Amino acid sequence: MSQPFQMPRFLAAPRLLSPRLSLAQVPLIWQFAVIIALGLALSALWGGALRWPEAWVIPMRGWITRFFEWLGEDAGIGSYKVRDLTRFLADLLDQPLTWAEYLLYRGIRPLDLPPLPWVSIVLGAAILGHWVGGWRLALFSASCLLYLAVFGLWRDGMRTLTIVIVAVPFAVSIGLWLGIWAVRSRRVAAVVSPMFDLMQATPHMAYLVPVVILFGFGQVPALIATVIFAMPPMARCVILALQTVPPEITEAGTMSGCTPRQLLWKVQIPAGKRILMLGVNQVVMQTLAMVVIASLVGATGLGQQLLTSLQQLKLGAAVEQGLGIVMIAIVLDRVTQAWANRPTDYAARGRSWRFRHRHALAFGAALIVSFALAALFKEASVLPKRLTVTFGTQMDEAVRWFAKVSYDYIQPVRDFITVEMLIPLRDFCLAVPWVVVVGLVGAAGLRLGGRGTALLCMGLVLGIVLFGFWEPAVLTVYLVFSAVVICVCIGLPIGIWASRSPRVARPVMAICDTLQTFPSFIYLIPVIMLLKVGDLSNIVAILAYATVPSIRYTYLGLRRIPDVTIEAAIANGATPRQRLFKVELPVALPEIMLGLNQTIMMALSMVAITALIGSRDLGQEIYRALPTADTGRGILAGLSIAAIGIVADRLIQGWANKRKKHLGVG
Amino acid sequence: MSSDVKIRCKNLWKLFGPNPARFLQDHDGNPSAEALEEGGYIGAVQDVSFDVHDGEILVIMGLSGSGKSTLIRCISRLNDPTSGEMDFDGKDLLNATAAELIEIRRHKMGMVFQNFGLLPNRDVLSNVTFPLEMQGMGREAREAKAREMVELVGLTGREANFPGELSGGQQQRVGIARSLAVDPDVWFLDEPFSALDPLIRAEMQDEFMRLQKVLKKTIVFITHDFEEAVKLADRIGIMKGGRMVQMGTPEDIVLNPATDYVAEFARNAPHERIITLRAIMSSDRVVTDVPPLNARDLIGDVARQVLSSETPIAVAHRGKIVGSVGRVQMLDGLYGPEAQ
Ligand SMILES: Nc1ncnc2c1ncn2[C@@H]1O[C@H](COP(=O)(O)OP(=O)(O)OP(=O)(O)O)[C@@H](O)[C@H]1O
Ligand SMILES: [Mg+2]
Repeated sequence: MSQPFQMPRFLAAPRLLSPRLSLAQVPLIWQFAVIIALGLALSALWGGALRWPEAWVIPMRGWITRFFEWLGEDAGIGSYKVRDLTRFLADLLDQPLTWAEYLLYRGIRPLDLPPLPWVSIVLGAAILGHWVGGWRLALFSASCLLYLAVFGLWRDGMRTLTIVIVAVPFAVSIGLWLGIWAVRSRRVAAVVSPMFDLMQATPHMAYLVPVVILFGFGQVPALIATVIFAMPPMARCVILALQTVPPEITEAGTMSGCTPRQLLWKVQIPAGKRILMLGVNQVVMQTLAMVVIASLVGATGLGQQLLTSLQQLKLGAAVEQGLGIVMIAIVLDRVTQAWANRPTDYAARGRSWRFRHRHALAFGAALIVSFALAALFKEASVLPKRLTVTFGTQMDEAVRWFAKVSYDYIQPVRDFITVEMLIPLRDFCLAVPWVVVVGLVGAAGLRLGGRGTALLCMGLVLGIVLFGFWEPAVLTVYLVFSAVVICVCIGLPIGIWASRSPRVARPVMAICDTLQTFPSFIYLIPVIMLLKVGDLSNIVAILAYATVPSIRYTYLGLRRIPDVTIEAAIANGATPRQRLFKVELPVALPEIMLGLNQTIMMALSMVAITALIGSRDLGQEIYRALPTADTGRGILAGLSIAAIGIVADRLIQGWANKRKKHLGVG
Repeated sequence: MSSDVKIRCKNLWKLFGPNPARFLQDHDGNPSAEALEEGGYIGAVQDVSFDVHDGEILVIMGLSGSGKSTLIRCISRLNDPTSGEMDFDGKDLLNATAAELIEIRRHKMGMVFQNFGLLPNRDVLSNVTFPLEMQGMGREAREAKAREMVELVGLTGREANFPGELSGGQQQRVGIARSLAVDPDVWFLDEPFSALDPLIRAEMQDEFMRLQKVLKKTIVFITHDFEEAVKLADRIGIMKGGRMVQMGTPEDIVLNPATDYVAEFARNAPHERIITLRAIMSSDRVVTDVPPLNARDLIGDVARQVLSSETPIAVAHRGKIVGSVGRVQMLDGLYGPEAQ
């Protein structure tokens, strides 16, 4: 301790020289060129630099699979097995699920009572809509549910809804609790927030694999996967809400003599209510998205029906079922959003008890009326099949006809794109040695985010290589890259167009909002209808799902440019064209890049879904892992997708931050 | 005097930075300005000592960033002082447990915030009942008390409004009502009126003085505005860079500023409403036909009489003639000595 450490002279010397040759001063292009040259040379000498030898792959996949098998079979202390615990948990969750099923569509079996008549649920939706958002929402909610009834999707719709209704309270309360905990303790926050990053970057489907091993197939495993998947956004919103409560409000609470508990529940949570409600909205939407996908592990409902229709190419039925899911999604989204933004009910102030509780009373009345109706007419209780309609077969025929007619036009285009563009691109991607990618990612990370970013990004890519997922990962990147390029080509002009005129902006943004509520599954329907299977269909499906953020962020980025900046450009005599390219786009670029970031994330999560229509990428790895219960394969493939997402995210964020600082807005 | 000391602060320090307690220790509890800067610390409150007496209005003034808020927040323990001593009602406030602090805040302290700090999701009445609710008072009792407070600040009829529906002045009245609901002994006000426009502000100041006549609280009041300070204060403390530069009666500050900084504050002070005859009178004891003036009169109140009188007028204190005041002294008092 007494002697300070002395650096040996020969080691210290180059350090003294280095400031002049620091890496940061070498242009990135040159660094890239050197890395590529070195990488190619290396892979020419040693094939392992191009393809990591199969024999050297770390058998993590097998370890994880065996670990989960062990966990599901024999793990435990003494006679208490983990299996007993999971079974207990499953039984526990089964209770609320069963009751919700009884109530919504099965009838209360033990008491031999009928379920709630469908009429009462439609009326209930209307009353709920009116309560949170007025007449228009009431009408809208009721007609969406009516659609389910009329098209004979009632029972399946209710099945889907059941899981949502049961999962949401769980996800919300766990998220609330975790969020509060993270706000209170820095140490918890340090653990929890990167975990949430990872969880949100991992596609839905990857959650299903371990859940299947531990809990089997069925509604309960679906519920569990859904809760785990939908919880992080809530926790994030809680953290945000509590951190953005104005300090003077918290202090006013403290000075009023609040105990810490009172401060939290009576001051901070009510003050952050709006953001918390948005968290609830997110949970609801994520839940629905997950429930649809959970049909892969045996969740019944619209998702499962849709899956079957798609597999049997009954496209007409698929469209009807898909629309059913969309109806549920939009209603849930509108209702929870309206609830989050609901202003204080000034009108009810000082009115009678009857007026203030008018919605509850109305619902009571609706219940009585519909039970009375149900007693008189069976049709009011459960709509019989003969009263429902379906255009499935007609639509099938129409689709088939349309496909046949359009095939002559679409096929050459599809083949041309596939053969002339996609396959060469794919082959090129596959020919890139992994060493080059690790090097490029490292150099970019170092420049854009510093050493930590560089190490993280390199580590993630290296992980994909070492665990043997390089090839599917490259195919994933190739698909996502192609799709994202097109997304930007579509999104940028639409965003610019919308930013120019409010008349365009309103419908465009409304469409974007609506499209974003659809579960990703839905986007497969038109793709299968028009393109059959193949790389191009995957790309188009991804495209359909992931274009929205690049439109939205372009629009927002351009709208947020301060007026003075634009006025200065006009005053300096810029033509509209110069204004756009020299002023507006450069200033809005960071925001647009964040949109790109979002687009990539969504594209990556869609990759897993496109596995259903055939692919060779990481999504397929997850999908294949499901029936074979190969947990390691599923989890590692999911994490590889997350890793790609995180690398892209870090690099883009780093770039955007640098750029913002450069523009003086960061 | 010491029996009615309500709050006593002694050598109070509050530093912001990475490890303030350690830093203060390393510098023997009295770091220089350079040391603070070098260590990357902000000395928000530095070595401040003063007493607040029962029923007194102490106004704290200073430029932005001089540490006024931090000082008041230390006393109310919203911030923890880095070192020093603090007594409240003769009890050591620094070593009070969390439970004791909650008790003190529930019954003895009230605070009004510059940005009102109202709870947006509660209407006026339930904002005012809030501290009582925290104490666990029953609904009827707390609403009755809150209505009383709402009436006191002149907001009757607005009980069911939400903060978002009120003007700034009305919101601050709610803040005042809320802070008074628990009937505190000590009342802290951190720039309560500076978010308000001048007219409403003057009105609120009058309102405040009216309330204080009734309530007779011990008050620590922060302001930027010297006129406001003069209007309200029994004593004024002036802060600069975290230190208390001078503390005294308004007259003291105007007549004997300790530093140029203080003098700068007092420069545009309304002398006629601060200086008393005693400070300007000459010691000539004249006898006049007009009754003598009181030495404690503000010069503004008697200026017209003195200036219109040909001869100096006698000044008396406790029935005894102690001096006189003529045109020269009055003009000096009103506009400052000629030499300057
Ligand atoms: N939480 C904090 N962390 C770091 N520094 C702080 C913090 N709170 C206050 N300071 C610093 O302490 C100093 C004193 O701040 P304070 O708020 O007490 O000033 P003030 O006199 O009330 O000013 P104003 O009139 O603007 O309200 C300032 O330099 C401020 O930047
Ligand atoms: Mg302040």
